[in-house]
Amino acid sequence: MDAASNSNSVKNIRSDKNPYQPSENRPTKKFAPVPFLLTFIIMACFWLLFSGRFDLFHLSLGAASCLIVSALSSRLLFPEALPPGLFKCWFKFALYLPWLFYQIFLANLHVLYLTFHPRMMDLINPKIIKFDSRLKGDVSRTTFANSITLTPGTITVYAGIMGTFAVHCIDDKSGQSLPGEMEKKIAKVFDE
Amino acid sequence: MTIIITIILLCGLVFFTGGSIGIIRFPDFYSRLHPAGKLDSAGLLFSMSAFALYTVQPFSLSALFTSVKIILIVVFVFITSPTAIHAIVDAGVRAGLKPWEKESNLK
Amino acid sequence: MNDIFLYTGIILGFLMLLPTYRALFGPTVLDRLVGVNAIGSKTIVMLILIGLIYKRVDMFVDIALAYAMLNFIAVLAASRYFQKQKGLYDEGQEK
Repeated sequence: MDAASNSNSVKNIRSDKNPYQPSENRPTKKFAPVPFLLTFIIMACFWLLFSGRFDLFHLSLGAASCLIVSALSSRLLFPEALPPGLFKCWFKFALYLPWLFYQIFLANLHVLYLTFHPRMMDLINPKIIKFDSRLKGDVSRTTFANSITLTPGTITVYAGIMGTFAVHCIDDKSGQSLPGEMEKKIAKVFDE
Repeated sequence: MTIIITIILLCGLVFFTGGSIGIIRFPDFYSRLHPAGKLDSAGLLFSMSAFALYTVQPFSLSALFTSVKIILIVVFVFITSPTAIHAIVDAGVRAGLKPWEKESNLK
Repeated sequence: MNDIFLYTGIILGFLMLLPTYRALFGPTVLDRLVGVNAIGSKTIVMLILIGLIYKRVDMFVDIALAYAMLNFIAVLAASRYFQKQKGLYDEGQEK
C-alpha cells in the first residue's frame, strides 16, 4: 500500500472531482446563533465541572474562553443547520445504551471464559466476515462500527463508504449474530 | 458499603487479569486485540465505578464533582478505545499482515 | 479501605508485567503497540488509586483524564505512522 494506490482509491470515491479542490458544500461563513449557543452551553458545563470553583474571577475566565472556543469551532460540533428531531434522536440513543451495555457484559464474560480455558486454541476460530449494511448516514454507520468493536469477540476491520463492513470474529458464536439485531436497533434510533 | 466496593473492585481486577493473560495467550495480533481492547475497558468500567462510589461517601459538592469526573474518564475511554483498536487493525491490514487461521480451515 | 486499595495497586502492578512482555518481545511492531495500550489503560486506574491512597483524588483525577487522552493520541499517532513502514510482516518471519 503506497501513495499511488492510495490516491487511486481516493479518485474512485469521488471520480468526477479533483480531490485537491475544495468541495462546493463547504460550511458557509454565515453566523449561526443556535449552534453557537448550544456549543457555548456545553463548553460552560464542562468548564464548571472541571474547575469546580464558583468565584467571580474563575467564572469570568471560563466565560471568556468558552466564547472564544464556541466562536471558533461551533461548526465542528454541529456541522450544518440543526437537523429536525435531534433531541428525539439523542433520547432514543439513551434508550439504546442499556441494551448495548447488557450485550457488552454478556460478550465480555464469553471472551473471559475463552481466555481462561485451557484448550483455548481448539475453541477459537478467527475469521473475517464481510457483509453489506443498509444504514445510510455517517453517524449511524459510525455508531454501528463502534458498537461492533465494543462488543467483544468482534472487531470492525473495515467500514466502507458504500456500506461494506468487514468484521474480525474470534469464534463462530460471536460472529453468528451479525448484522442482525444491533443494526435494526440502530436503524430505529436514527430513523432509517 | 465497604463490602460492595470491594466486590466491584474485585470484578474489575478479574477482567484486568483476563485481558493481561489474553494478550500473552492468543495466537496472533488480530485476536490479541480482542482481550486487550475490551476486557481492559470492562475492567476500567468496574474499577472506576467502585472508585466513584467510594469518593461520594461523605457527600459534598466537590466530592460529587470528583466522582462525576471519574465517570467522565470511563465515558471518554468507551468512546475512544474502539477508535484506537480500529486504528491498530487498519495499520495491520495496510501493512499486509495475514490473520491467523486454524490448520483445518486452510486445507 | 486503605489496605484494600494498596493491595489492588500491587496486584495491578504485577498484572502490568504481562503486557510488558508483549511490548518487549512482541513479534511485530503492532504487537508492541497493543501491549503499550494495555499498560496505559491500567495506568489510568493506578493513578486514581494513588490519589485515593494519598487522599488527593481531586488532583489525581485531572491527571488521569489527561493521561487517558494522551494514551489515545499516542496510539493513534503510532498506528498512523507504522502503517507506512514496509517490512512490518518480515520482522515476524525472521524470528
